[in-house]
Amino acid sequence: MGSSIYTNYEEIAAVLLFVIGFLNLLIQPNLVKKIIGLDVMDAAIYLFLAAKGYIAGRTAPIVTDGILSADHYINPIPAGLVLTGIVVSVSVSAVMMALTICLYREYRTLDLDEILVMLQEQETAQLQRIQRDEREGRSA
Amino acid sequence: MSRPNPSYEGSRRQKFMQWLKGEYDPSEGKLETTEPDTSLFTDSEYHEIHLYLRNEYADNEEHFRRGVRKHLTRIQKLYRLMAVITAIFMTVLLLWAVSYEPSYGDPNAPENNEVATRYIEHGLAETGAINIVAGMILDYRAFDTFGESCVLFVALCCVLILLRVDADEEAGSHAREAMFDRHFEPKNDIILQRMCRVLVPAIVIFGIYVVLNGHLSPGGGFSGGAIIGTGLILYLTAFGFANTERFMTEKVARLFSVAALTFYCFAKSYSFYTGANHLPSVISTGTPGAILSAGLIVYLNICVGIVVACTMYSFYVLFRKGGY
Repeated sequence: MGSSIYTNYEEIAAVLLFVIGFLNLLIQPNLVKKIIGLDVMDAAIYLFLAAKGYIAGRTAPIVTDGILSADHYINPIPAGLVLTGIVVSVSVSAVMMALTICLYREYRTLDLDEILVMLQEQETAQLQRIQRDEREGRSA
Repeated sequence: MSRPNPSYEGSRRQKFMQWLKGEYDPSEGKLETTEPDTSLFTDSEYHEIHLYLRNEYADNEEHFRRGVRKHLTRIQKLYRLMAVITAIFMTVLLLWAVSYEPSYGDPNAPENNEVATRYIEHGLAETGAINIVAGMILDYRAFDTFGESCVLFVALCCVLILLRVDADEEAGSHAREAMFDRHFEPKNDIILQRMCRVLVPAIVIFGIYVVLNGHLSPGGGFSGGAIIGTGLILYLTAFGFANTERFMTEKVARLFSVAALTFYCFAKSYSFYTGANHLPSVISTGTPGAILSAGLIVYLNICVGIVVACTMYSFYVLFRKGGY
């Protein structure tokens, strides 16, 4: 263990938030809750990037008093990266939500386990139908 | 008598297990099965045999289905356990990585390198934007922001494909959703409508302010566009589709988005072309601090704002009703 574990509270919070989102994504059977878990993971990444960009005692990179020294402002690059992340996250969430709605219309449930059971049953029924057809075709 | 799993029958695994156990079926490939001899049984007896077999088959079916569920729940338990173990492993690994990172707010951290220094020291002179972040994302990295806008537009197209209710679709398929949507349709709520008359213009004007001042203050196309989209959604919730469709239809949203993206593409191509070839350009940085300064950044912010506002509003409409 390195020494800066006692000073990087923001990064630790980001890691915990990320893992909470990840576990939510894996364990929740409800599809909408899975999407919320993914969004929590996104939020953790934004927090991490914002924490990385911060420099103690400096202000936001907006030149209002004419000072053009890099010692006066925080790092502007993570802010741009967070912006990219937010936009992509919104798009991905929207597409996932739309797919969830399509799944709900097909199966009338949001529970992924139930959908899996239904899929398995469908597959079995299809297999049996194929086998029956083959048997009948051979006997005929 | 249990019926074997159909996917197991004749599989390599089954053959391997048979070979392992030393089993072998003497009738395999040799025995010929025939129809029951009708001269031995009368029709009624034959029928009873048939019924018996069918019941047996149905019982087996039920057993099989229960077995599938049991198998799935067993897999789920294992899956949950593995998920928790993975999460704990990940926490430890990431915390271990964090513990070796430079401490929070450290000015000598490796990410505060010459790139950030250069953006801050030359950003104002080169782009004319007071907001260094705006200058960075819409001038130095404008291509990246163009990609972001396109991602939003593509997401809108995907949602449109997935959720659109076509006019020629059969009537009953989405009648349920339409029935539920009637709950959200405005009931001429006088309080909401009066508040919207005050709030919506304020929200939209604030959004326009945020878009136009993107190079001067915190904000820009993405945040301002989101504010404008929110104002439109509030207007829609208060006054219903009949009123919003007068100015905001799918065609309008698509036209504005595509026009904004095209303008962005051509404007930035011109800027990149002249910049890379050291040609004289009509774009000037202007006086920093003025509203029409910072070259293309104001116009690109407006484009991004239009795309974001149209996308936000269209997402809401599509998710609620599946069409305009």
